[in-house]
Amino acid sequence: MAETITLEVSRYRPEQETEPTYQKYEVPVRKDWVVLDALNHIKDKIDTSLSYRWSCRMGVCGSCGMMVNNEPKLTCATFLSDYVPGPVRVEPLRNFPVVRDLVIAMTDFMDKLLRVKPWIIRDQEKPLSEGEYLQTPEELDAYKQFSMCINCMICYAACPVYGLDPHFVGPAAIALAQRYNRDSRDQGSQERLDILSQHDAIWGCTFVGECTKVCPKHVDPAGAIQQYKLEATKEWFKSFLLPWSAR
Amino acid sequence: MDVSSHDVLLVGGGGAGLRAAIAVAELNPKLSIAVVSKVYPMRSHTVSAEGGAAAVIKAGDTLDDHAYDTISGGDWLTDQDAVEAFVKEAPVEMLQLEHWGCPWSREPDGHIAVRPFGGMKKERTWFAADKTGFHMLHALFQTSLKYGAITRYDEWFVSRLLQDDGRVQGVVAIDLMSGRIQAITAKAVILCTGGCGRVFPFTTNANIKNGDGMALAYRAGAPLKDMEFVQYHPTGLPFTGILITEASRAEGGFLLNKDGYRYLQDYDLGKPQPKPVLRSMELGPRDRLSQAFVKEHEKGRTIQGPYGPVVHLDLRHLGEKVINTKLPFVRELCLKYENIDPIKELIPVRPVVHYMMGGVHTDINGATPLRGLFAAGEVACVSINGANRLGSNSLTELLVFGTRAGKSAAAFALEHEAPNGHVIAQAEDEKRRLEEQFLRKTAGRESIASLRTEMQKTMEESAGIYRTGARLAEAAATLRKLQERFQDVAMSDHSRTFNTELTAALELSFMLDVAEAIVQCALNRTESRGSHQRTDFPKRDDGAFLAHSLALQGKDGTPQVQYLPVTITRWPPAERVYGK
Amino acid sequence: MNQTPAYTTHHPRWYRTRISTYWWSRKWAYFRFIVRELSSIAVAYFVVLTLMQIHALRQGAEAYAAFEEWLRRPLLVTLNAISLFFLLYHAITWFNLAPKAIAARFRGKRIPDILITGSNYGAWLAISVGLVWLLSRG
Repeated sequence: MAETITLEVSRYRPEQETEPTYQKYEVPVRKDWVVLDALNHIKDKIDTSLSYRWSCRMGVCGSCGMMVNNEPKLTCATFLSDYVPGPVRVEPLRNFPVVRDLVIAMTDFMDKLLRVKPWIIRDQEKPLSEGEYLQTPEELDAYKQFSMCINCMICYAACPVYGLDPHFVGPAAIALAQRYNRDSRDQGSQERLDILSQHDAIWGCTFVGECTKVCPKHVDPAGAIQQYKLEATKEWFKSFLLPWSAR
Repeated sequence: MDVSSHDVLLVGGGGAGLRAAIAVAELNPKLSIAVVSKVYPMRSHTVSAEGGAAAVIKAGDTLDDHAYDTISGGDWLTDQDAVEAFVKEAPVEMLQLEHWGCPWSREPDGHIAVRPFGGMKKERTWFAADKTGFHMLHALFQTSLKYGAITRYDEWFVSRLLQDDGRVQGVVAIDLMSGRIQAITAKAVILCTGGCGRVFPFTTNANIKNGDGMALAYRAGAPLKDMEFVQYHPTGLPFTGILITEASRAEGGFLLNKDGYRYLQDYDLGKPQPKPVLRSMELGPRDRLSQAFVKEHEKGRTIQGPYGPVVHLDLRHLGEKVINTKLPFVRELCLKYENIDPIKELIPVRPVVHYMMGGVHTDINGATPLRGLFAAGEVACVSINGANRLGSNSLTELLVFGTRAGKSAAAFALEHEAPNGHVIAQAEDEKRRLEEQFLRKTAGRESIASLRTEMQKTMEESAGIYRTGARLAEAAATLRKLQERFQDVAMSDHSRTFNTELTAALELSFMLDVAEAIVQCALNRTESRGSHQRTDFPKRDDGAFLAHSLALQGKDGTPQVQYLPVTITRWPPAERVYGK
Repeated sequence: MNQTPAYTTHHPRWYRTRISTYWWSRKWAYFRFIVRELSSIAVAYFVVLTLMQIHALRQGAEAYAAFEEWLRRPLLVTLNAISLFFLLYHAITWFNLAPKAIAARFRGKRIPDILITGSNYGAWLAISVGLVWLLSRG
């Protein structure tokens, strides 16, 4: 096992420079260290001015997404030893504006989440006194996979459509919409369809499929989007073949 | 200085914060609500909780049963009126979250499923696979997006509470994105910043759990209650501290020492059965299990791993199907972080700090003694957890007391006038302090990381599972010295944009205050109760200590401890008995 | 090039990376995706060719023989061979991706992807065999 490995870390200090540069650091290699541990080592012992986001260190909060050797990854789930002998290039998540060092601006992503109305929409709320909405394990299974998204934005970093056109609603947002559409308790499919059957929403997707490949939680956003396209098309046909059917 | 104003301000956007914000919005849509969080809400530590949330819904279970389990589990330090209110409102709150879309696991007929959990005599823990906290937080966050009255200040770091006229009137916060420091005033402030596990070296807690709200309240003159009660979770992975959920024991896992022996049977926790028995053996309460580990280690029967002593959690006999349906996340964690497959191998585990029973003193409605200041969640101490929290009570606590604090804060805001402008001068002072002592500082020799490591080491050695008066007194002195050394901390990052060295320094200063409170309360409580074990005072002493410790910051900055009697209603103190 | 305003204490200057025109060549997965999209040109080409074939057929045996002669030119043979490759690539990638769009469930369980892909290939094979049999009879 090698003793140390070089990390080439992207640095960007807006007060001092107009574009990012790379800084090299030597970091010890331990069998159970992940790239995040290496970054923490740098910040604690070598260069306290390095800025990056992290929190849970167990792949559930979604904070630590970064580009590691050009691949978007959760740095808390990427073993350093997989990159020996190195060097390892660590850069901020692609397709987002860089605020500082490895920190990107997430405001666009948050707006996209809000856009798809990610909450239970019902015509009539059932009163609490009547208990829970019954939902069988099969009904739960219908949307469960799409509910696993940790909002890490790695799918956005992998999506070339989002990179070329930031207006694209994006994989995670559409998967979240599908999570609610498929939830047996929700009645908001039509509302969301009206929002999402626009050219910068589901139709912006050209099924590159990278989002599903890189998703650390196996949410399969590409699947969600293609299924949504099929449903949207069916709805469109129904709307003029059967205009009298109740919506 | 820029100033924003709202009616109710939440510090922290996790389970409690979001639930409280929604409660305010539901109560009165005209109230303007600010959620100020140092991370985006879906990053809050609620997201890591795995096991479940308890509430009585099944036939054969009663509110009194839930109350009794909670009270006895808390070693009679719980306030019984608060517990009675808690168990009553729990099912209502949990059902409300289900209506808001939380994907609770179900029985085949579609009803909510429950599972057994440590310390509970009946099955009442609702769960969403083994990612309950994740699903609860996302359900709450996504639901909160519906309310236009809620304004979010994402990645704003609160550094101080503003007070005037005997009232808390807002906060000073740093917008991490731009470095702008400004005042946000409000008629009522609710602290929902979570616990302080990062004061210890081995913890399940995320990097963001630094006791921010506890220190903010403490510095503003609010008392911290029961700080000596620190809960260790008996099964965490060594090095990372990642939690291996209690559910793995609820589904039937065994804890084995180096001889492959289920050692818990030696510690008054019942006899080993092939299937899990509630409140017995591996489903005993967390403090007893953690203490058993330390005793096994003293007997030399733990396994020596590369990061210290461990014992083994054995799930192999559960089989692949059960592990993949009921404990998929546990398997994923073991594979991804320790390269171990629980289907075939033993998992090394050790006790790790998990939860703070103590926190900002509040009444049954979430109000602190400071007017205008409220608190809910792990940051608060009502107390319903007493000397030891039962697993799956804290997620429910977020909902019940989040709602209560939200409603109280809303009522307070409706009854009081908007803050006067006097606090702006305080805010200017705080801005100056941050700039002079941190942002523009050039001299300084102490490293944040080494001060932090020393604090953590001191806490683990002296304020860990077993404590003595002598070690605690030493720890108090060490922490005082660390406070002084902190004044000489070196700051090399002078940028205003997303300065995480500044936040690390501020978090360390919060943690030092909280650590001192923990140690002082532990020193003064000369008895053993629940998770506070004194080897020099091994017995429980209801005569002198059926009371909560209250720590107030003295003039010299050190904690001054007083006592507040526990509220007993229907359950007089008795022996905590398990395994029978 | 973005024009960022003059830097002030409270205005964060974000850096926006420009996407290179050759983004598709940087990653094997992106390159394969572009090839897949471009393969639809091969589909369009064969549609045109088929229309030309039908047109020639309608004009009589002589015109059709001339058409077949034209098809035997080396340039056209090469072009058709290349286009056939892309056509097959198009069909194969299409069938392999089909299960993604179809979230069909039977008795509560998701139908495995291999069944959907398999039935597509199966139908393709069956129709092709059927057509060959039909044509070889007459």
